[in-house]
Amino acid sequence: MNRRLLLLAPLGVAAVGGVSFWAMLRGMKTGTFDPRGIPSQMIDKPLPDFALQGFGRADILALKRPVVLNFFASWCVPCIDEAPTLLTLNRANVPIWGIAYKDKVPATDAFLTKYGNPYRRIARDLAGQVGIEWGVTGVPETYIIDAAGIVRWRYSGPLSVQAVSVVTQLATT
Amino acid sequence: MIPELGHFALALAIAFAVAQAILPLWGAHRGDVRLMQAAPALALGQLIGLTASFACLVWVSVTDDFSVQNIAENSHTLKPLLYKITGAWGSHEGSILFWCLILSICGGAVALFGGPLPASLRARVIGVLGFTALGFELFTLIESNPFTRLWPPPLDGRDMNPLLQDPGLASHPPILYLGYVGFAIPFAFAVAALLEGRIDAAWGRWVRPWTLAAWCCLTAGIALGSWWSYYVLGWGGYWFWDPVENASLLPWLTGTALLHSAIVVEKREALKTWTVLLAIGTFALSLSGTFLVRSGILNSVHSFANDPARGVFILGLLALIIGGSLLIFAIRAPTLGNSGLFSAISREGALVLNNILLCSIAAVVLTGTLYPLFADLLLDMKISVGPPFFQATVLPLAAPVFGAMAVAPMLSWKRASLGPALVRLWWVALVALAVGMFASLGMKAVPALAMGAAAWMILGALAEIVERIRLFRVPLGNSVARLFALKLSTFGTTLGHAGLGVTVAGLAGMSMTVEQVLLVRPGETVQVAGYDWHLAGMSDAKGSNYNARVATIEVSQDGVPIATLSPERRAFTTQTMTTTEAKISTNFVRDLYAVLGEERDGAAVLRLHMNPLAPWIWLGALVMALGGLCSLADRRLRVAAPKRAASAEALSRP
Repeated sequence: MNRRLLLLAPLGVAAVGGVSFWAMLRGMKTGTFDPRGIPSQMIDKPLPDFALQGFGRADILALKRPVVLNFFASWCVPCIDEAPTLLTLNRANVPIWGIAYKDKVPATDAFLTKYGNPYRRIARDLAGQVGIEWGVTGVPETYIIDAAGIVRWRYSGPLSVQAVSVVTQLATT
Repeated sequence: MIPELGHFALALAIAFAVAQAILPLWGAHRGDVRLMQAAPALALGQLIGLTASFACLVWVSVTDDFSVQNIAENSHTLKPLLYKITGAWGSHEGSILFWCLILSICGGAVALFGGPLPASLRARVIGVLGFTALGFELFTLIESNPFTRLWPPPLDGRDMNPLLQDPGLASHPPILYLGYVGFAIPFAFAVAALLEGRIDAAWGRWVRPWTLAAWCCLTAGIALGSWWSYYVLGWGGYWFWDPVENASLLPWLTGTALLHSAIVVEKREALKTWTVLLAIGTFALSLSGTFLVRSGILNSVHSFANDPARGVFILGLLALIIGGSLLIFAIRAPTLGNSGLFSAISREGALVLNNILLCSIAAVVLTGTLYPLFADLLLDMKISVGPPFFQATVLPLAAPVFGAMAVAPMLSWKRASLGPALVRLWWVALVALAVGMFASLGMKAVPALAMGAAAWMILGALAEIVERIRLFRVPLGNSVARLFALKLSTFGTTLGHAGLGVTVAGLAGMSMTVEQVLLVRPGETVQVAGYDWHLAGMSDAKGSNYNARVATIEVSQDGVPIATLSPERRAFTTQTMTTTEAKISTNFVRDLYAVLGEERDGAAVLRLHMNPLAPWIWLGALVMALGGLCSLADRRLRVAAPKRAASAEALSRP
């Protein structure tokens, strides 16, 4: 009997490994697991103080409901990739506010005309200063802020299908 | 047209693989000779299909057909022809197709050279290989089809990562893959043996050559990869304990263990269950290594297109193949029977020690590679495990391997005593001690110890030959005659063990590297590591798809010119990426290594190294692989021999 158990041990080890990797792959899709990323310092903290041309911290707090904050730029190719996803979210009544990161104003406007504008409000972070305060690692990057103004979720890179369902859940409740 | 032909050939290969996975296994189960006899033809059919498919991919790549997405993303009209050909396996999709091709070559090899095998064993081995191939070919067709068309086709491609446009890297993946995938054959033999419910000496004799061939390729492949990072990445580093590197090291470690435990099965019919598990484990590590790297789970400097969706498919496939084989192992292993007995101090005992130590090293490396992932998943902690961990854990485990390596071949089978073996090695110990002492004059403690260990391994390996030809104990002519009478596999062992010694010496030497980063104006001379480096001038050069800035550096010592190095900085036009081309001058005792950095106000940033014994690292690996080939050459003469002695079997039956 003991010998039997011993012979089953390799299978057990492989099974544990397999289940873990499956959990990791799932996490990578929903944005809860990112083997490359450094964790955002912002999660579960109040949103940082900022005031840009367009909107600032006070405007988000005044909203008293969850909002999706999306950093984007016209020079960012993955943002083009993400544009249709954001448009769909907008049509599904998810409030998305955009921050144009280190982008020239006419370039941003041209980008929005060409690929569509999913944003209810747009702020312009010309110097990239606000990006630093948020700890943005690259564009696109997406945050969800809850009704109390606490940052609840972050996703780096264009939103995947699974991430979209997370966004819809978090941002509409 | 051609891409569709390739697509069709791939589908055809899958059809063959389906038949290959089912018919021979069913035939062997039912004892149906006709079905079993169909196995080789099916394996060859699959091989032909995949060869045609891969040839189509190469053709599409060479003819710049940018309507194929894979080519548009990874090629460019200006890319040199060599890299258009090698680009076929450089991209994600192409590399997986290439992987399948090699797997089908394994199946074809068993079909062609497996004639003397018992019919049911051959049918089962080919069936298992067909099953494995089927999974990965389906993956290629469904999830990563290299022939997917793009409409409208772009005018020109996006070009390959310039770092990959290098002759060393062009040959690295095929050899490495041959190693990885080659372990599919021992795996198939192991599963077939479990299905058959028997393992004997003939099985061991059959598995060894295949394992050896795969091991040689893996050794050479790892060495090539390490050499590539040494001279291309330009950091002067050769091994970074990066997950991708570890992924290739793990099957190498367990494969080396398998190589040794298979000897015990062959010679003594012991360690059967363990050997079967090692064969399964080695291939499992090869599979997980190649595929987890591509899923994006492992955080690595080696970039590959990452896609979690593909990851799930691959994981399912791995679960089926690895989980399935381990399940069969758990159910069927008790039928393999008990092994022969031996005392702790014996050749078998030494080989068991080798297995324990090598597998411990593998376990430690595996832990270090995966721990950050698991800590992140379970404990939500971000940590990284770097070279210090690996050095601190691998060294203490490697040291006894080095120590035992010289002694073990001196022990006899079944029962031996340590005393006489050690006595025969007295001169080796003496020289090793002297080398270690001498090295400690100029080196820190650990490298000096490593130098001593290297001498111990190299001379210990030679001592085996000295002992066998009874050098200085019988007349010299007699010794020479004995030398020529020695089996090739004896030289194989010697070369394999000595090669590791050479590599260890190289590693120890590399720890003494002298490196300086200097700002040098043209015409100036700087002194680094006792050499005068004179920057004679800077110039521009043009390649087919890049512009280069070239520095001409004349190196001399005490006024005697030694070498002229011309490191380059290349700016690739299509990928807007810059690479450095390090230039190396070697005399096999030390490397002079120069890298050109940025230029500022008419002065160039030069990184100049003197790397002692650096070439030995890869030379040693080459010697190891040669040792493997030596053994293989010897074995080939006997490959026809291990027909299970039918008469002996008949006699043993009541």
